[in-house]
Amino acid sequence: MKNVLELAYLVPLFPLLGFLVNGLGRKSLSKSLIGIIGSGSILASFIVSIWIFIQVKNGNTHTAEYFNFISVGDLRIPFAFQIDQLSCIFLLIITGVGFLIHVYSTSYMHDEKSEHFARYFAYLNLFIFSMLLLVMGANFVIMFIGWEGVGLCSYLLIGFWFKKTEYNKAANKAFVMNRIGDLAFLIAIFWLIQRLGTVSYSEVFLTENLRHLTQSDITGITLLLFIGATGKSAQIPLYTWLPDAMAGPTPVSALIHAATMVTAGIYMIARSNILYSNSPLVLNIISIIGLATALLAATIALKQNDIKKVLAYSTVSQLGYMFLALGTGSYVAAVFHVMTHAFFKALLFLGSGSVIHAMGGEQDIRKMGGLKKYMKITNITFLIGCIAIAGIPGFSGFFSKDEILAGAFGKSPVFYIIGLFTALLTAFYMFRLYATTFNGKFRGTHDQEHHLHESPMAITGPLIILAILSIIGGYIGIPEYMAHGAHALRDFLSPVFAGSYTVLGPNELSHDKEWMLTGISTVLILITVVYAWNRFTKKPELGEATGFGKVLANKWYVDELYDKVIVTPLNKFAGFLDSVIERRLIDGVVNGVGRLVNYSSRQLRLLQSGQVGSYVLLMVLGMLVVFVLQFFLRK
Amino acid sequence: MPINYYIFLSIALFCIGIVGVLTRRNAIIIFMCIELMLNAVNLLFVAFSKMHHLKMATVNASAGTEGQLFVFFIMVVAAAEVSVGLAIIVMMYRNIHSVDVNFLNRLKH
Repeated sequence: MKNVLELAYLVPLFPLLGFLVNGLGRKSLSKSLIGIIGSGSILASFIVSIWIFIQVKNGNTHTAEYFNFISVGDLRIPFAFQIDQLSCIFLLIITGVGFLIHVYSTSYMHDEKSEHFARYFAYLNLFIFSMLLLVMGANFVIMFIGWEGVGLCSYLLIGFWFKKTEYNKAANKAFVMNRIGDLAFLIAIFWLIQRLGTVSYSEVFLTENLRHLTQSDITGITLLLFIGATGKSAQIPLYTWLPDAMAGPTPVSALIHAATMVTAGIYMIARSNILYSNSPLVLNIISIIGLATALLAATIALKQNDIKKVLAYSTVSQLGYMFLALGTGSYVAAVFHVMTHAFFKALLFLGSGSVIHAMGGEQDIRKMGGLKKYMKITNITFLIGCIAIAGIPGFSGFFSKDEILAGAFGKSPVFYIIGLFTALLTAFYMFRLYATTFNGKFRGTHDQEHHLHESPMAITGPLIILAILSIIGGYIGIPEYMAHGAHALRDFLSPVFAGSYTVLGPNELSHDKEWMLTGISTVLILITVVYAWNRFTKKPELGEATGFGKVLANKWYVDELYDKVIVTPLNKFAGFLDSVIERRLIDGVVNGVGRLVNYSSRQLRLLQSGQVGSYVLLMVLGMLVVFVLQFFLRK
Repeated sequence: MPINYYIFLSIALFCIGIVGVLTRRNAIIIFMCIELMLNAVNLLFVAFSKMHHLKMATVNASAGTEGQLFVFFIMVVAAAEVSVGLAIIVMMYRNIHSVDVNFLNRLKH
């Protein structure tokens, strides 16, 4: 009896068809049709995802194999989808938030010519398709196909307005940094194949198979996979592409660099949780890097003046939190934060897009201000997003962030303190952003003021939906100490992480301690929010940064460091290879062969002299050679 | 007489013939050298035929006649070839009024 979840192939099929239709028909379709096809395919996927979720909730998990992808000797890699609790949560997030962003894009990108409009939606659909492959794949290779695909679409979409060179450079930077991580991922896959002969999750994660791996094997594989994740999910040291990626259209930033692609690393580690739980060293490394990234990005966001750059660094920081959660063994908390972050970060990015649209393309918050009078819906939804990300109780961000911090405390109080400090910074810079943009007086030009208006329904609709989700999304994860047995998400995901919990042991704090921690963090966050609100409403930061602020505004000069240490030497080396080895050596050899052929043909031509005498001579010589050969070789 | 002497003589005549074909410019002299080569071979055939006869005479009285028979064939071919060749030389002379073979380089084109 075939499992009904075999139909799961429909989920990535619709976006793939959308990509093909919009891509091939980009010159002939009308804009409304393109929008309908693009958004409709994701809506169809969303509906199928809901159906899959209901199936899984009723206990029906399944690995659907479709065909043999690679079959070489003993190695067999099937093209298969694994539908279980973890993948269906991600499916809902990707298709749900993706659909809202597609609808938003129909209005945001409506100024484009229809050919570019179609190209945009084709790329977006291709991205959703790749991301779905990534989360649905039943083995590391299918995941890697999706992994590469989202990297490609990120490149295509960041450089969407390809006529501007700096956007192309940003796209290149994103792709190359992704690639560095991908190399580590590939080596990890090869290592797995060498040791276990398989890459399918169901086989790799079996305890019997894990016993074949030595500790150094597991440490090496998990470390390499994590390096792949640092590239994709923008952690130290491969994070500098994400702020530059803001060159792409705002819905792209919302979808790819907030809600989905950057969470691929989290998904991958959550999926391989049993491997990571067996490697405490790598878990420590993940926690430290996650925490460091969260802190670093938060400090940089304090002094950014571009509305999208603040949100970009905020994303890097929140991703750091997710990795901190993974590193401390709180896998459910990490997935929970992925979900809530998708809601409020997409909301914040889409809200910023609405603001940028109203300001006629202006992105500098120093030139904004007082927008709450002109854009009521955007104002309220953006405020809800800020409250959620700050972690104020009652909103979604509070529940997920609290769980992460509690897990961090369980590992080490130092983690908790740094995490709490970063949370305060988060609240501070987010409300700095909000107050500077929406409160106070309008600081732009007169023309811009006339242009200010609330955005159309296609933009405000998704904002409202995401705002509602940012509020209620946290209630599926109410922690133990508040209400017994109310953590629906943990219960739902428990089959996926059961193996890890047995290896790692419980990471529970006493209920009193948790109330205390929550209380401390909430009070401190509220104080920070009020302080930031008051300070920046009255006196927004308008000038250039000075002193230590300058270091923060210049991103701790990390980009310049990379440039000096890595990029410039590589360019010089490539230049050397080009001028010396390419020009002299290789061209010399190739041209030399040509010249040799030319020369020998010239010499051979002289043989045809037309002199009968020389022909006879050659005949005689030939006969002589045959005679000699016969005489001496017959023996 | 030992067969070697006949062989050496034949080889010498043959080589003189070849050198003559390769180096002489006059077409008629070249022809004479070709005839010289053919006759050298004839000599060799006859010498071997006698050698065979001397070896086999006790078994078969008419052994070794094949060599002498083939000499007749060669002579017939030589005669035919001379007639054709001389005709070609006559045509050559009619065209370029010389029998110098260095003028024959039309194959170049």
